[in-house]
Amino acid sequence: MMDFDTKPPLMRVHGLSCAYGSRTVVRDISFDLWPGEVLAIVGESGSGKTTLLNAVAARHTPSAGQVSFDLRDHGLQEIYGMSEAQRRMLARTDWGFVHQNAADGLRMNVSAGANVSERLMALGQRHYGQLRAQAIDWLERVEISPSRIDDRPNTFSGGMRQRLQIARNLITQPRLVFMDEPTSGLDVSVQAKLLDMMRTLTRQMNLAAIIVTHDLAVARLLAQRMMVMQNGEAVETGLTDQLLDDPQHPYTQLLVSSVLQP
Amino acid sequence: MLQNDMVESSPLRDPHINFAYLDERTKRMIRRAILKAVAIPGYQVPFGSREMPLPYGWGTGGIQVTASIIGESDVLKVIDQGSDDTVNAVNIRRFFQRTTGVEVTTDTTAASIIQTRHRIPETPLREGQVIVYQVPVPEPMQRLEPREEETRKLHALQEYGLMHVNLFEDLAHYGHISSTYDYPVLVNGRYIMSPSPIPKFDNPKMHLNPALQLFGAGREKRIYAVPPYTTVESLGFDDHPFEVQSWQSACELCGSNESFLDEVIMDDQGKKMFVCSDSDYCSKRQEKP
Repeated sequence: MMDFDTKPPLMRVHGLSCAYGSRTVVRDISFDLWPGEVLAIVGESGSGKTTLLNAVAARHTPSAGQVSFDLRDHGLQEIYGMSEAQRRMLARTDWGFVHQNAADGLRMNVSAGANVSERLMALGQRHYGQLRAQAIDWLERVEISPSRIDDRPNTFSGGMRQRLQIARNLITQPRLVFMDEPTSGLDVSVQAKLLDMMRTLTRQMNLAAIIVTHDLAVARLLAQRMMVMQNGEAVETGLTDQLLDDPQHPYTQLLVSSVLQP
Repeated sequence: MLQNDMVESSPLRDPHINFAYLDERTKRMIRRAILKAVAIPGYQVPFGSREMPLPYGWGTGGIQVTASIIGESDVLKVIDQGSDDTVNAVNIRRFFQRTTGVEVTTDTTAASIIQTRHRIPETPLREGQVIVYQVPVPEPMQRLEPREEETRKLHALQEYGLMHVNLFEDLAHYGHISSTYDYPVLVNGRYIMSPSPIPKFDNPKMHLNPALQLFGAGREKRIYAVPPYTTVESLGFDDHPFEVQSWQSACELCGSNESFLDEVIMDDQGKKMFVCSDSDYCSKRQEKP
């Protein structure tokens, strides 16, 4: 396994708080994320999950605390201390962001191929043939037929759009992906397929991920570690199986017992 | 001193209107925007665009730029689609005759200021000349990124991946880059710029041109510029480079093989002919034995 003593974590979050005006929605969150690790953040609507995700993904400036990321050549760096250009560069190379609604993360009016290769073009790749070959490769990896490469995402089904969004994010071989409710809004069989694919990809690429979800099954399937949030605070953190099978905090117990069994 | 206090030039000049229509303070404001634009080639400078006595889309941006730089000794040429005698060109030329009384010409070499819509003259420009373009859409990324706050940020951080998404789409759907006009260019290795709706045939003429090139967008309230001898590079892919269009035939009036040709329909039987779009260039070639 990993050598935790010598290697720094991939991301370190310390004392993070977020406020909208005078209302604090995320309070004093700290965690370390290691390379290849999947962390699930669960909790009910309004518990601050998405705000926390946006804050660690450099999309919403926190009111207090630090978020540091292990840059390939500079070690741990505070992301809000970087210039905006560096931060945006990081967000489109070493990071990915998968939105709940695929239309927010895709360009709906350009072809699937252009959607997938946009990040490469932003990085300066200028060979059409090579760009297209890489796009085809990634469409196959997310199980979309390469014959659909010239079709626009608005002709795709919900599950395909979500897979396309994942391909668009992973083409630059990021080390960390943020996912905001990636499977909600999909029916169960499509969800299962997507989860299976995400599990394979995170293993293959040693990809770390922070997944926000209200679905405990998603956490169980994908995540090694879990954080339960209530009213902006992390009430319980631990290994996923431990937390789901032996919840300690009353809120976690409530959450686990509320899941319907078919 | 206001310039119209000392005017006694052309009989065409209307003495009740300030020289070049705009008031002196407005002209000074536009000149400041132009100076900034020249200092940062390809950068879109916002300016306080004025209501003009012509509707938007008729070249109000170009007219305001010309009005701010024109002086009594200037010689003005106005073209529309390469021609000196189409409606837009005639109107704008008459507007400046009436408000400034300056000498006007159709001769590209004789003009000191050339205001243009859709073309760059075939006759090469020289040092000291100014060409003013009328621009409908100054933002090259507008089609894919409608938020202006975002496009400004993309320019500032030089994040130009979007431009190639556009070209990629063309190649995916048509197998070649189908944009034939308003073809995006990279100016001075820094800013991506929309060259106004000139055919891409004219793009190479902008590169290292000895004349000063000014662009005015009236409705969008932007001015930008390409100073003399500045690099202007048309975008492309390594395996699908930028190329200009070509024609099977020569101009049927002057026989030129090098000019941009218009297809003219002659009758209702489908008979057509190809002629130069640049009327001054074509007629000069016809005069020569």
